[in-house]
Amino acid sequence: MAITLTETAASRVHKFLANRGKGVGLRLGVKTTGCSGMAYTLEFVDEANPEDVAFESHGVKVLVDPKSLVYIDGTELDFTKEGLNEGFKFINPNVKDECGCGESFTV
Amino acid sequence: MALLQIAEPGMSAAPHQHKLAVGIDLGTTNSLVATVRSGMSTVLHDEQGHALLPSVVHYLTDEQVEVGYKAQAQQSIDPQNTIVSVKRFMGRGLKDIADVGHLPYHFVDTPGMVQLQTRAGIKSPVEVSAEILKVLKARAEKSLGGELAGAVITVPAYFDDAQRQATKDAARLAGLTVLRLLNEPTAAAVAYGLDNASEGVYVIYDLGGGTFDISILRLSKGVFEVLATNGDSALGGDDFDRRIFCWVLEQTKLPPINDKDTRMLLTKAREAKEWLTDHAEARITSVLSTGDVIDITLDSDTLTGLTQHLVSKTLSPTRKALRDAGLGIEDIKGVVMVGGATRMPQIRQAVAEFFGQAPLTNLDPDKVVALGAAIQANVLAGNRSEEDLLLLDVIPLSLGLETMGGLVEKVIPRNSTLPVARAQDFTTFKDGQTAMSIHVVQGERELVSDCRSLARFELRGIPPMAAGAARIRVTFQVDADGLLSVTAREQTSGVEANIVVKPSYGLSEDEITSMLQASFNSAEIDKQARALREAQVDAQRLLEAIVAALQKDSALLDADELKAIESQMLALAELAQGTDSQAILKAIDTLNHATETFAARRMDASVKQALAGQNLNTLEF
Repeated sequence: MAITLTETAASRVHKFLANRGKGVGLRLGVKTTGCSGMAYTLEFVDEANPEDVAFESHGVKVLVDPKSLVYIDGTELDFTKEGLNEGFKFINPNVKDECGCGESFTV
Repeated sequence: MALLQIAEPGMSAAPHQHKLAVGIDLGTTNSLVATVRSGMSTVLHDEQGHALLPSVVHYLTDEQVEVGYKAQAQQSIDPQNTIVSVKRFMGRGLKDIADVGHLPYHFVDTPGMVQLQTRAGIKSPVEVSAEILKVLKARAEKSLGGELAGAVITVPAYFDDAQRQATKDAARLAGLTVLRLLNEPTAAAVAYGLDNASEGVYVIYDLGGGTFDISILRLSKGVFEVLATNGDSALGGDDFDRRIFCWVLEQTKLPPINDKDTRMLLTKAREAKEWLTDHAEARITSVLSTGDVIDITLDSDTLTGLTQHLVSKTLSPTRKALRDAGLGIEDIKGVVMVGGATRMPQIRQAVAEFFGQAPLTNLDPDKVVALGAAIQANVLAGNRSEEDLLLLDVIPLSLGLETMGGLVEKVIPRNSTLPVARAQDFTTFKDGQTAMSIHVVQGERELVSDCRSLARFELRGIPPMAAGAARIRVTFQVDADGLLSVTAREQTSGVEANIVVKPSYGLSEDEITSMLQASFNSAEIDKQARALREAQVDAQRLLEAIVAALQKDSALLDADELKAIESQMLALAELAQGTDSQAILKAIDTLNHATETFAARRMDASVKQALAGQNLNTLEF
């Protein structure tokens, strides 16, 4: 399994990294909060940690800590627009249940 | 599901805890809202894809309000109920508005701020501005998918306290939490990342639709200080359109045309001007309502020639601002272009020639202020790590209070960075004094009469004590938007009084400049005046102390001694009326000397009294 990005998501990440002027890639993860137990995190990476698992998709370096990986392995990250809003979306095959807003989930 | 943005390392928000923050450019002609998404500042569009919201509010018959393009279309049809450029009325009284006669509104002259009579009732400029902000807030919440944590709103650098307060009130009325008001030129500099650039002086050249502003900022230690501002409130891109329009009429030798044709031709002129930004020629074609046909070609050289005098008109305020700041062209590290009109190649060229360097133009000049405000809002909302410096502003003039003799005690010196709080302890002047009047003033001069009075209040209920025994702590606090509150507290009893300074009229940039200039010019006179007042206060204090002592203990003196002291007192009192501070100080010395024996006897007497009837063993040493 792996973490992948859609082409749209990858081109956005490239753009945001270029605008930021620093950073080696993108970190995906989960933390245990929210109304359904787990929540996604999405951050720029300035420095990789030794335990990080690294993936590469459309030229974007993706880092995930091993603890998070078990919850999101196989995830595809997409970038979409919904009305005036736009942003990244986790398409995670491990999810059993989501809270109404989709910001947190259970596996 | 919810859409996520990329956060800074370690700054991911918990679900439903996103701190959504926006920057708002509340402009005279157009307003914009921007936010930082995935680390990138972007302007938010409406459903039709418009970034700009015309700052026009139209009050309809059915209590409805239209804002933006729809309202703009009503401008010539329903002028009395369509409020354009309301920013010019913010925090202003009727007498401050120069061209009242030419405006189509029914002004109501109310104290503090002018109001407008519309079919929806009497509206204050604050309410009208709030309508614009409400639309931007709704747009942002739709775009970001949540409630806003706060907003940074930009104001011109020359806005005074009253205008800033009015802007804050408008935001509150629109349901926005104001994180900070930010000066427009500072926001533009932030958008270009100049706050992270090397320290130095930057010029912000802002040519909008109808106004021109030049600001000179100095960046040092992450703080932007406004060194000078200047401009022309009746010069902008619209004047270039009018020039092209006149040229078309001259070339085609048409008779005077009606209002409708004028409006149409002005639009054609603007389109031609915009086309010439990146084309060599523009064709202007139109059929007038009289049946006359216009078909004429304008090339960029002709446009440059036609508008040469308008371009020059922007350079004279620029020169003035440089002179006010005491700087030369060679001191300028960078020039930032703001406002749609700065897209014109002839303007960029003139500015480049004037400063001997190419201006910064890679950001959209219409959006740059909003983009900078959004960056600041993102930092203030706490979405960045702490190492990112908070951008600070400074207070333009010192704040202080009146002390005895009409002197100013400065509590917060000018150029202190905001927010700031400073406390100073004061005491009572007379025995048994139970109240203290606190007079808050602003300015650089030493005498109260030469400074501007901001507020007065009284601290009452001070327990009666000997003069100088009470400890009254006066705290001055200026928040991030430059608004002042003053608290006075008597430390032993805890009695407290405070005031929030909301002057109905603040100081204009010109007034600030002239007050500063006056303080430099009169430094020596002020020094002498201060010395005199201090000597007079000392004399009075000494005289009062001796009078009190004589009332109690004159029995300790024989008739000659008493006479000697009284004559010295008389001499001092007389000198204190005059203007010779040296003579007063000398007389104080003499009187001090003359009363030494008296003071010693009083001391002995009180010690005797204290010891009388006490056993040596019960005394504690």
